[in-house]
Amino acid sequence: MTVPMASSVKEGENGHELKFQLVDKSLKKCQFQQDALIEVLHSAQEAFGHLDEEILDYVSLQLKLPPSWVYGVATFYNFFTLDPQGEHVCVVCLGTACYVKGAGEIIARLEEALEVEAGSTTADGSLTLMTARCLGNCSLAPMLTLDAEVLGKQTLESTIAAIEAKRALVAAAAEEEL
Amino acid sequence: MNLTALTELAEQELQRQQDLKLRLFLCYSTPCISAGAEAVKVALEELIKEQDLAAQLEVVATGCMGPCSRGPLLRIVVAGEERTYEKVTPEQACEILLHGLAGNPIETGALPADIPFFARQTKIVLGNNGWIDPGKIEHSIARDGYAALAYVLHEMSPEEVCNEIKKSGLRGRGGGGYPAGVKWNLVRKSPAERKYVVANGDEGDPGAYMDRTIMESDPHRVLEGMAIAGYAVGAEQGYIYVRGEYPLAAARLTKAIRDAERCGLLGSRVLDSSFNFRIDLRVGAGAFVCGEETALMTSIMGRRGQPVPRPPYPAQSGLWGYPTLINNVESFANVAPILHRGADWFAGFGTEKSKGTKVFALCGEVVNSGLIEVPMGISLRDIVFEIGGGLPDGGQFKAAQTGGPSGGCIPAEYLDTPVDYESLKELGSIMGSGGLIVMNETSCMPDVAKFFMEFCMDESCGKCVPCRVGTVEMYELLKRITDGSAMLGDLETLEELCGLVQETSLCGLGMTAPNPVLNTLKYYRAEYLAHIEENCCPAGVCQLDQVPLLKLPEHAAELAIFKEEN
Ligand SMILES: Cc1cc2nc3c(=O)[nH]c(=O)nc-3n(C[C@H](O)[C@H](O)[C@H](O)COP(=O)(O)O)c2cc1C
Repeated sequence: MTVPMASSVKEGENGHELKFQLVDKSLKKCQFQQDALIEVLHSAQEAFGHLDEEILDYVSLQLKLPPSWVYGVATFYNFFTLDPQGEHVCVVCLGTACYVKGAGEIIARLEEALEVEAGSTTADGSLTLMTARCLGNCSLAPMLTLDAEVLGKQTLESTIAAIEAKRALVAAAAEEEL
Repeated sequence: MNLTALTELAEQELQRQQDLKLRLFLCYSTPCISAGAEAVKVALEELIKEQDLAAQLEVVATGCMGPCSRGPLLRIVVAGEERTYEKVTPEQACEILLHGLAGNPIETGALPADIPFFARQTKIVLGNNGWIDPGKIEHSIARDGYAALAYVLHEMSPEEVCNEIKKSGLRGRGGGGYPAGVKWNLVRKSPAERKYVVANGDEGDPGAYMDRTIMESDPHRVLEGMAIAGYAVGAEQGYIYVRGEYPLAAARLTKAIRDAERCGLLGSRVLDSSFNFRIDLRVGAGAFVCGEETALMTSIMGRRGQPVPRPPYPAQSGLWGYPTLINNVESFANVAPILHRGADWFAGFGTEKSKGTKVFALCGEVVNSGLIEVPMGISLRDIVFEIGGGLPDGGQFKAAQTGGPSGGCIPAEYLDTPVDYESLKELGSIMGSGGLIVMNETSCMPDVAKFFMEFCMDESCGKCVPCRVGTVEMYELLKRITDGSAMLGDLETLEELCGLVQETSLCGLGMTAPNPVLNTLKYYRAEYLAHIEENCCPAGVCQLDQVPLLKLPEHAAELAIFKEEN
């Protein structure tokens, strides 16, 4: 399933090339060493938001590694994603402390309320719902991150409110542009 | 920089700090920021600008102070007396500043200095936390940062350093508890043209954030420990491997490495000696198994982070086949204090076999959750009820979980057990990296076991069959127990599988994955039986709405509904 993101549609070819330049920069920085594959993938994901076939092929060509090798590494690590992400990313922590404090229920009901399965993006591409195996903010349990923001001591209601607020912001900005 | 310059810098900085009329320490770690520390900082800075106070005082944005559930925390020292204020609002913070500056600090909101949370702790590793700005190397240096490295480089031989660490009794804080000095000596004696030092900051255990806090609050301490280790074993290159989930730790370490290199405390000719040591950061990409030492090294080399059989141990053949010393971040953070104050001083803390202190992330159902450092051998009861302040809302203590997915749950009757490597192992749990999660009567033990098994199943790297297949099967059995479709025989199968996976897995992940199951079966067997025989979850967590397959004929009516639905 590939939902084109609003941003990538707008940006066009030019932005695409700029992003490859960022990957090139990281390749040069590590002197095209094959051992630096993970760092290169990190910066590629930072630039593109995800790693698709084109990017993986590019990296494998540049580092002279078999595509299977690059694909193998990219799919081994949870951090790398091969699908485009939503405009917002909500990561619900399912570490032990959060679990004990009811994060399991929050994620189950979020999935229901947002009509999306954990690990995937809503149909309109506005939100990706993810889970994490502990974000190390156990004193804030149950906690989650919404984009870069850390939200602690959450309930289902507060989570939905925060997500809706984010979405509303986007909608408002889009309207202004029109 | 040489030794004299280092001492001078330390003295200069100390003098500058003493010349200030007031220093405010604002906890600026993630929990406090999410509780509102940012607004407090802005308010203080505005006030300072408005009243032109910048010459008289400074606000230090520090790393974690510990009692995370009480943030934002603000600490001041007036006339040698220290006060920590909890749950500070921007307005209160301004009051605290103005009164502190006038020399009559306010009392409202101040935590009593003698509360057990502070009084029962012994801070060695976390000694600088809450007193320095992790982004300012001079703050570190003013608190003896890099002094141990300077001493070691000029006064001690590598062998002496290894022996000092051995004498201190320091054991690995990453979970296994292997004597650090022995490991250092092994690497030192391995003949090779190149060697490496690796700091394990992968901290994948759910419910643990000690290493994160150390790296975020006092990064120079870790770097110094690594450099000392590099000198002791004869390595010139170090790697510090940080979890991808910890971007702030990675950013602070990057800055710390750059600052230290600029000051000549890392890089070539460290402190004007003939010792060269570079440290590079490697950021993980979200795989629990990469905390395992051999998997971590394959990950540093840019490959799929799968473990390889040991021996050969990393001390003989690690990164790119060269001898590699790998220790946990907290282990490295202990090194500088040991060499600065002596092995005997360090060995004065703790028990006979477990020396020093241990940092725990105390969380779950406990009043004072946060980061604590206690001497080894303290009882669990003291940690949970004294330091932690007991359970909130009149909750009943049911279990303390240590060691994450490799550990187990310790029931109430063992609350007086001293916390050290051996005692916890005897109870079927492990010290682990230091997560300590308190559970009350609303936690269901089979469900907790299932939670950890699901974790291991997801995180199994798939290289060896026992772990890849065994965790799935064990998970299915636990799922059956918690959804009501298990039979008594399943319990036996589960136990048998546990033994099998334990004994035949390639790495620690599989070998320890059955621990939470075996341990809860040992102490909470009645709860498992209640699920299976009485179809009842005493904690009220599990739905138990399924029926055992073999009993299905008896439930023909339900079966019909089932068919209809599908
Ligand atoms: C599945 C698994 C996960 C591990 N995770 C970590 C970890 O997150 N941090 C850590 O320091 N050690 C971890 N270890 C232990 C390391 O393999 C290694 O023993 C340790 O880093 C050695 O350092 P120490 O002697 O200072 O404890 C893990 C081991 C296994 C089997």
